[in-house]
Amino acid sequence: MDMDESLIGQAPPEEKQYSYLNLGPTHPATHGIFQNVLKMDGEIIVEAEPTIGYIHRAFEKLAERRPYAQITPLTDRLNYCSAPINNIGWHMTVEKLLGTEIPKRVQYLRVIIMELARITDHLICNAVIGVDTGALTGFVYLFQQRELVYEIYEEICGARLTTNIGRIGGFERDFSPKAWAKIHQFLKEFPVILKEFENLLKRNRIFMDRTIGVGGISDERALNYSFSGPNLRAAGVDYDVRVAAPYSSYEDFDFIIPIGSNGDVYDRFMVRQEEMWQSLRIIKQAIDKLPDGPFHAKVPEFYLPPKEEVYNNMEALIYHFKIVMGETDIPKGEVYHCVEGGNGELGFYLISDGGRTPFRLQFRRPCFIYYQAYPEMIKGSMLSDAILTMSSMNVIAGELDA
Amino acid sequence: MEFSAEDKVINTLKEKYEGDVLHIESPYNFLTITLKKERIVEIIKYLYSHPETGFKYLTSIGGVHYPELNQIAVVYQLHNLIANLRVRLKIYLPVENPVTETITSIFAGANWMERETYDFYGVNFIGHPNLKRILNVDDMIIFPMRKEYPLEDQTREDKNDSMFGR
Repeated sequence: MDMDESLIGQAPPEEKQYSYLNLGPTHPATHGIFQNVLKMDGEIIVEAEPTIGYIHRAFEKLAERRPYAQITPLTDRLNYCSAPINNIGWHMTVEKLLGTEIPKRVQYLRVIIMELARITDHLICNAVIGVDTGALTGFVYLFQQRELVYEIYEEICGARLTTNIGRIGGFERDFSPKAWAKIHQFLKEFPVILKEFENLLKRNRIFMDRTIGVGGISDERALNYSFSGPNLRAAGVDYDVRVAAPYSSYEDFDFIIPIGSNGDVYDRFMVRQEEMWQSLRIIKQAIDKLPDGPFHAKVPEFYLPPKEEVYNNMEALIYHFKIVMGETDIPKGEVYHCVEGGNGELGFYLISDGGRTPFRLQFRRPCFIYYQAYPEMIKGSMLSDAILTMSSMNVIAGELDA
Repeated sequence: MEFSAEDKVINTLKEKYEGDVLHIESPYNFLTITLKKERIVEIIKYLYSHPETGFKYLTSIGGVHYPELNQIAVVYQLHNLIANLRVRLKIYLPVENPVTETITSIFAGANWMERETYDFYGVNFIGHPNLKRILNVDDMIIFPMRKEYPLEDQTREDKNDSMFGR
């Protein structure tokens, strides 16, 4: 019997059968706890249904019972790859509510820390894109540099991953000479490694074949999905909170916003790569222009007094007690403050009814918002590209699930 | 007279929906408009497409529970990226039956934001393609962010926090 050559290996359309694949919740390739039920036609994804919430920790509910200073550690655990941005974003939200004037030096120090955090965030994302395309070497090199940034955090606040850095009003102490030495060491060593990493992948045939045209999204769809951060910029929209609504003196610095054109994995990689270079530029400018002055604002109701004062000064003792017990009242008000987090517009919508805790605190978590476009982005692509798309979107489970 | 950007938004809105505007304020330079709940989707669509306003970016949707008012507020924050202008729209719904319409037809990104609001406050968005719990477990029977649900188990007797103002 003769068979039509073109039909070999194909089932007739009416008998087409799909298979279902559970990707996750705990799959080593997804770098976090994400579940996706994939409807597969061979190795092509027809439909995807993400399930999230595996590490939901009720931060918004918890925040309604906590004094303002005690909410900072909660923000650490949103995007734990760039915890200082979350911490400082939260401090600035409270300062906005209080109407506190922040000294220039504090603002510049904050910029340095936030840009270091952005570098570590992008660095993990890009290193992992490399790993998912089969290039483990760059990952190891970049992680050495991430270690150096964590040592800088350690010198400044004593913690590494979940930093709880700074206070409402500024920093708990000025940067030590050792911290400065580490920052300068980082600024000297990191560009070399980053350049080397870039050379490994940027024009690499294998890497380009794997990433160009994969997991793309158009600018229109990205905006409609409320994308923000590097993912939106990779699609070609130049929205950056640091420029649109400058906070912490970002208007003083000269930097460019890199944008992509296709919104695919390669563009996201390149945008993040360029942003790291721009972050380095900002850090250098901030160090050069760093003014003298106090390292915290005058907000005795919120800023812990030095220990000697607590023992020898009545007012300091009262403030110390009130801050530690969280008994300080806050003005009534409704405030929204956003910062450019590692993944995009990280917003804090705070309603205060004048009590010791927020009446309502909503986190605008960029991950949560753009991850919903994931099924659309991987539709019709291969399974291995879906993994790559997820890591290039930099979906962080902590930020996704709050 | 030169109108500020905020005035332009207010005027554009009032041109067509004067009767729906309940209250206008601008706390911390963030234009906040409280609206009647009936025509919220129509108004958002109008603000989205009108050339004077052009709020084409949805920043967030969130719920707020006011136990004294016995109401749940749904807060929409929109952004005009070109003019760099933000607006916050609020509607108040009764706690017993918080129902409104979905804006997923305008913003694809509203999908999960509305699901989250449903999950935590029980706000029912009519017309939503997939309105089910998103962060909490499916068999949960309460809407946990409502104020009547305390954070900790209140039946515990081994903890005495009365000294700490809790």
